[in-house]
Amino acid sequence: MAELGTQVKVEEVQCAPGNPITVIRFSGDITSTSQAAVLGTYQGLPEDTQRILLDFSKVEYLNSSGIALVIQLMIAAGKKGQSIQSFGLTPHFQKVFTMVGITKYTTLHPNEKTACAAFTT
Amino acid sequence: MKTGSSIELRLPSKLGYEKVAMNTAASVAKLMGFAEDRVEDLKTAVAEACINAMEHGNQLNEALIVGVVLSMDEESLEVKVHDHGAGAPTQIVKPDIDKKMHEEQTPRGLGMFLIQALVDEAEWVSSPPTGSYARMVIRLHPAAE
Repeated sequence: MAELGTQVKVEEVQCAPGNPITVIRFSGDITSTSQAAVLGTYQGLPEDTQRILLDFSKVEYLNSSGIALVIQLMIAAGKKGQSIQSFGLTPHFQKVFTMVGITKYTTLHPNEKTACAAFTT
Repeated sequence: MKTGSSIELRLPSKLGYEKVAMNTAASVAKLMGFAEDRVEDLKTAVAEACINAMEHGNQLNEALIVGVVLSMDEESLEVKVHDHGAGAPTQIVKPDIDKKMHEEQTPRGLGMFLIQALVDEAEWVSSPPTGSYARMVIRLHPAAE
């Protein structure tokens, strides 16, 4: 059975005052095979990127290896002083992210609008 | 569903096939009447147990089978995931997100913690030379027991 793989789309949006927001929209599966899609995409962002929005609304399957990649992305973003907001996780994965403690480093929002509004820097 | 029914699956140790077990367990749990949030808990727990069995138990050797046995009774669903390894670590490390973010703890290693947190009962049994298994149980009315 082939995995669905991770599809990623990067957009720049101006949905809140201040600097533009870079949205990384994931779809499909986020698993151990998603390193290039998750970390490679992040590493390809322009150096001056400050505000990053993670869109999980079209993710169909996420496992612990995929969550580990999201943590690695957040570690890299933290080193650069970038701020991250997230939205689109199912209630189950909101619970899982909370259990793991990720919510200490990114807020999980119900939709893109509230996530955009949460950027303060 | 008849009391004492069981279903067995034999999966190759190839990542992705855990979804077969995950979706089968979800179908059974729905038939038994589990609420949607419990079904989601079970899906993650079963997927993680199968991934551990494939990666650590069977070292991703596709010739080695991961056996999954789902056993149902009127009150509970038990899932056993068998592999050919020596068994899981005896201690489950609770993730420390601060340590992970400061790279003092690997970002991985979440699977067993999630399994234990998401089901009503979880244990890992080492039974050499035949292999080892993870056992998970979810109950329809956990407060009543």
